[in-house]
Amino acid sequence: MDYAGVVTLEILYMIAFLALTSAGLAIVFGMMRVINLAHGEFVLLGGYATLKCSQLGINVYVAMLVIAPLLVGIVGLIVERLIIRFLYGRMIDTMLATWGLSLTLIGLVTLYFGPSAMSIPAPIPGYQLGTYQMGGYNLFIILITTALFVAMWGVLRFTRAGLIARGAMQGPDVVAALGYNPRTVYMVTFTVGAALSGLAGGVLAPLTGLLPSSGGAYIAKAFITVITGGAAVISGTLSSSIIFGTINQLVSFAAHPVIGEIAMLALAIILLRLMPRGITGRFFRDGT
Amino acid sequence: MIAWQSVGHMRWGWFLLSAAVLILLPLVTDTHTPTLLLIYALFALSLGMMWGYAGLLSFGHSAYFGLGAYTYAIAVINIGESTGPLLLSMAVPAVVAAVIGAMMFYGRISDVYMGVITLVVTLILFKFMSATAGDAYAIGAARLGGFNGIPGFLTLNVPGYPELSLFGLPTYYISVAALLLCYLLCRYILARSFGRVMVGIRENEARCELLGYNVPACKTAIFTLSAAMAGLAGCLYANMAEIVTPAVFSLKQAAEVLIWVIVGGLGTLIGPILGAMVLSYVKFLLGEQTLIDNSLILGVLLIVVVLGIPSGVVPALIRVWNRYLRRKRKREAQGAARRRLGIPSQEHP
Amino acid sequence: MNSVVETHELTMRFGGVVAVNTVNFSLQERELRCLIGPNGAGKSTFFKCLTGQYRLSHENGRVLIRGTDVIGWSTHEVVRLGVGVKTQVPSVMNGLTVQENLWLSARRIHGWTGADGAVDEIAGELRLTDVLRRLAGELSHGQRQMVEIGVVLIQRPWLVLLDEPAAGMTGNEVERLIAVIRRINESASVIVVDHDMEFVRMLGSTVTVFHQGAILIEGPAVTVLDDPRVREVYIGNRAR
Repeated sequence: MDYAGVVTLEILYMIAFLALTSAGLAIVFGMMRVINLAHGEFVLLGGYATLKCSQLGINVYVAMLVIAPLLVGIVGLIVERLIIRFLYGRMIDTMLATWGLSLTLIGLVTLYFGPSAMSIPAPIPGYQLGTYQMGGYNLFIILITTALFVAMWGVLRFTRAGLIARGAMQGPDVVAALGYNPRTVYMVTFTVGAALSGLAGGVLAPLTGLLPSSGGAYIAKAFITVITGGAAVISGTLSSSIIFGTINQLVSFAAHPVIGEIAMLALAIILLRLMPRGITGRFFRDGT
Repeated sequence: MIAWQSVGHMRWGWFLLSAAVLILLPLVTDTHTPTLLLIYALFALSLGMMWGYAGLLSFGHSAYFGLGAYTYAIAVINIGESTGPLLLSMAVPAVVAAVIGAMMFYGRISDVYMGVITLVVTLILFKFMSATAGDAYAIGAARLGGFNGIPGFLTLNVPGYPELSLFGLPTYYISVAALLLCYLLCRYILARSFGRVMVGIRENEARCELLGYNVPACKTAIFTLSAAMAGLAGCLYANMAEIVTPAVFSLKQAAEVLIWVIVGGLGTLIGPILGAMVLSYVKFLLGEQTLIDNSLILGVLLIVVVLGIPSGVVPALIRVWNRYLRRKRKREAQGAARRRLGIPSQEHP
Repeated sequence: MNSVVETHELTMRFGGVVAVNTVNFSLQERELRCLIGPNGAGKSTFFKCLTGQYRLSHENGRVLIRGTDVIGWSTHEVVRLGVGVKTQVPSVMNGLTVQENLWLSARRIHGWTGADGAVDEIAGELRLTDVLRRLAGELSHGQRQMVEIGVVLIQRPWLVLLDEPAAGMTGNEVERLIAVIRRINESASVIVVDHDMEFVRMLGSTVTVFHQGAILIEGPAVTVLDDPRVREVYIGNRAR
């Protein structure tokens, strides 16, 4: 009974991890068809920002929930103005330029923080589940992710900004028809996406530790999750996170963590082969 | 035969000159680094051929490079002589590519989705190989070694005589031969119908199909060939490094080869080759200093190239050269016209 | 009964919509037929069913080309039978020159040595000789349509399917096109899909009218185009 509880919680955590780290990439891909390969480094920047803040004595929750998204959002804005906006419509070129950006950011981070791993202590203590010691912080992450996705859904469904966003998913002419400048919408979208990546990084920092090369791990999984999910931001990311998170953890528990990861990757290939436009390209058409 | 503008043509002068330079190089310098540069050039050529001419973008071409390296190491440990393993190091990646390629292309997967799938393949190989530590993981007599890889295997020898090692200078010449032969092979293919169909597929796949060409089969074929070349490069790499580790499958390796091709110039054969050689050499020089981080420089370079010279350095240089030639010809024609009319020639500003 | 194309109970669904509704169609050898109908009537879908651009199975019915059942065949297999297809959106290889486009098509039928001659011949007929060295992507819309027609014809197909061939062409080009179509018809069967009634009237062939996925009426252009039902189908759609 306790073991089932542990497994369930681990699965929920994995789903939350994938969804949280993919959210920023999904927004930018779903609305702009831009694949930001520096996404992993944006997440990383959020983590480092939180670290710096906690070193400066700022409350860690403020750091991860407010300052990190704000800072990384600003970085995203700068990147959009300087690089991304010249490359709209050129998907491969955007991927290459953002890959370059990712290398640049890794270089800058290494210069400033040094190449060795750093960490922040988890602010929530562990608890007991039967005979198992669980991390309490994992629950926090699951909660934050749920809150985030509920908020995103709410914004998309009920606000004017959300309407514009859904229009943008259909194409730039829809946005223009609504009376808004597509370029401005894209600028804001990219900034928001970056902010969400920063939020993910900040929230996850106490759990994962910080190393300049961690970005790579985030981008690989997020990239696969988003592409397999398809263009719909919420349903796509959630569906693929649920499928991958579940398979990853179940196989990990049954066999070995590495096999779990490989199973997730192999599943991605199978899903893409069966549904070349991603899960939501096939099943969900309304764009959310 | 009308020359096709779109595939370029064989420039024998440059080719023979380059071959001569490469053959004579050991007289002036140590061959350790040049061998590595040649290997990377071959690796880049394999991707450049597939991407530049057929339009197939593989995000994880390192998979076939790595498979070539590992296949060689595992096979030579089990067989004890290097000729078979050399051939296997091309065959195994080719077969894997044929299977994955057929699955993708007959399933009408393209573009970004092909990028993801190929990326995932190399990631799977990376994770798998990294986890194979311990005696339990072995193929025949070869322990896979997990993160540490497979060290200490027999390097290339004279076919049939395992005692006669070809390590060092002979391996350099083997690498030269491999690159030159593969380049000739690529040129040959591009001059034949198959090469032209490839370019047609890149331009408009649907139209090619409507012309009656079996597009999935063509794509699978070119993917397989490209993987075989990458595998050969991997085999040579294993021989040069004398160890194979999972790093050959890494995201970093996959990214590097893409960057070499892009910066060098997509759509040419020489672009990827030069891109690989120059960038690897630059990275080697940068690695010696610690003032500015490598990643920073490579990253900025990539951004600048994509924003400023999106078609790559070699095509840009070719354009500049052509413009210079055109202006020179125009000036000469104007000069000749003036002489004919008896107008004294002016001083050019 | 020399039918070159026959469909038996051909049906095609997209989700809940029946785009092609149990169509029984037949075309005789050397016939010129126009398929017309308002947008959404199913003519283009029907067209794509003939050319293997959908993965069909025997649940969808049967499509016979010169007696061979081509249901489930892929596009290039159908083309290899001797069928030439020009799609709705002009589809040529933009990064290649006109000559290279034509050569690539000619190569499959005429071989390496014969291709050049075939290219020159077609270029002459379609007045493309001047633009042979230009990139197809740089030409006007109408010229690109002509290039695509050239690319199709150079393979000497005995069945030619043209989807909206006149779209974007100037008056002169349309006249030339009509002459070309008539000439093709001397040695091949032709199906032209279009929704422009004037163009169809100029061609003056037998006409099949599609409406809501099924054949509404079939007959000579002069009678069909003036039929009140056909007018209603067109005007009715426009009024909505």
